Amino acid sequence: MKSSQRRSLAVVACMLAACFMAWGQSPQGGQPSNPRIKLATTTSTEQSGLLAYMLPIFEKKTGYKVDVIAVGTGASLKIAEKGDCDIVLVHARSLEDAFMAAGWGSERRDVMYNDFIVLGPKNDPAGIRNAKTAKDAFTMIAAKKAIFISRGDNSGTHVKEKDLWKLASIAPSGSWYKEAGQGMSQVIIMAEQLGGYTLADRATWLAVKGSAPGLSIIFEKDADLLNPYGIITVNPAKWPHVNVAGAKALMDFFTGPDGRSLIESYKIGGDQCFFLL
Amino acid sequence: MAQAFELLLRGDAETWGIIGRSLSFSFFATIFSLIPGIPLGVFMAWKASKGRRILASLIHAISALPTVVIGLFVYAFLSRSGPLGFLGFLYAPAGVILGQFFLAMPLVASVTYTGLAKLDPRFKETLETFGTPLLFKFSATLREAKMAVLSSVVLSFGRVIGEVGVSMMLGGNIRGLTRTMTTAIALDAAKGEFERAISLGLVLLLIAVAVNVTVNGLASHGR
Repeated sequence: MKSSQRRSLAVVACMLAACFMAWGQSPQGGQPSNPRIKLATTTSTEQSGLLAYMLPIFEKKTGYKVDVIAVGTGASLKIAEKGDCDIVLVHARSLEDAFMAAGWGSERRDVMYNDFIVLGPKNDPAGIRNAKTAKDAFTMIAAKKAIFISRGDNSGTHVKEKDLWKLASIAPSGSWYKEAGQGMSQVIIMAEQLGGYTLADRATWLAVKGSAPGLSIIFEKDADLLNPYGIITVNPAKWPHVNVAGAKALMDFFTGPDGRSLIESYKIGGDQCFFLL
Repeated sequence: MAQAFELLLRGDAETWGIIGRSLSFSFFATIFSLIPGIPLGVFMAWKASKGRRILASLIHAISALPTVVIGLFVYAFLSRSGPLGFLGFLYAPAGVILGQFFLAMPLVASVTYTGLAKLDPRFKETLETFGTPLLFKFSATLREAKMAVLSSVVLSFGRVIGEVGVSMMLGGNIRGLTRTMTTAIALDAAKGEFERAISLGLVLLLIAVAVNVTVNGLASHGR
């Protein structure tokens, strides 16, 4: 055997060994007959750390295992419509209502809310710091053609942002308006890198602000900036395979006393980020 | 950078879990892809005919498709609203492995084919003259071109372990279930947390080097 061949066989052998060592990390079996729940949710609940805080407690208590698919609200609801998850935790009331009206969901409950904030460069080039309303702030950004990074992914935050532009009677377009098509934290980091404004949910901002020191909250606390989250179980009449019992258990957890006290107690750097409805 | 090394050396369970998952997904995808991939490559190389040349160019083209395109096609089949939805493969390890299988298989076939095409034509003629049984012809060809076949295996493994499109789209980047090295890097970068991303990047770099050393070793051995 030539040395080169021996060497390459050794490399392949190492790879195989690593594979086998890695195999067999399956979750421990729980009591429920169907222990896996697929939860499609917005990036904000995952990236803010709320789910990592709450779900292990739910899993320990019930024996279920929750598989989190963190996308945007729009994508989550589409995944649910296709029958590819059991339950959704989202935040765009208009989309949620349409989802329920079309019969895709079997039950919807309010969970919590946080609020949206307008982030921007500390020097506030569009001067929106003293705007009276969110609508005024958006009008000023467009008038100044200040850089604005949009999620552009039909997420709950993106839907809210589009609602705000509509409220200001503006159809944003032009080189100042950049649609990123990415998750919230990525968009926050992009806004910092590009010196632009963006609309963000407070929870994600608190979680990632350490990575975006050039940004700060420029406008906040307006009735139009409230961000309510709802939880919806997928209708088994549409998709018989869904984990009905698991979805129900998770919904009860989020809206029951245990979940509610966890939501209230979740803090990032001392700040509460989700509030009960 | 130092923190990235520390994360690996400390044996951080989640980081190593991700690495192990990546390796096992790609290992199984590569192994499964050999079953149809090698015979397909051999079939295309055996006899030069117009049909087989067209098939070969098609396979070549597919082996260069962007991973997200493969992911998209497989997604359409695996979704509950698609024809294979009942399998429950989407957002599960099986979905990732299936997607990676479709990435690896054309590459296995096309590298095998290219290796065999370089064989001495007299070898093929010899095989034909004796009217040898199919299975013998197949194993004789494989023995003759084992370096090409081995390179195809290693190259395919290298391609699937480094891809992000299929893993993200079909696996959903679910923590502890389908989060692999590449999707974890994408997520960490999105969150602006680069330590673990860098440590995973280092592991991928090591694998890439190992793959290249192996392929070069095989190539020099083949000469």
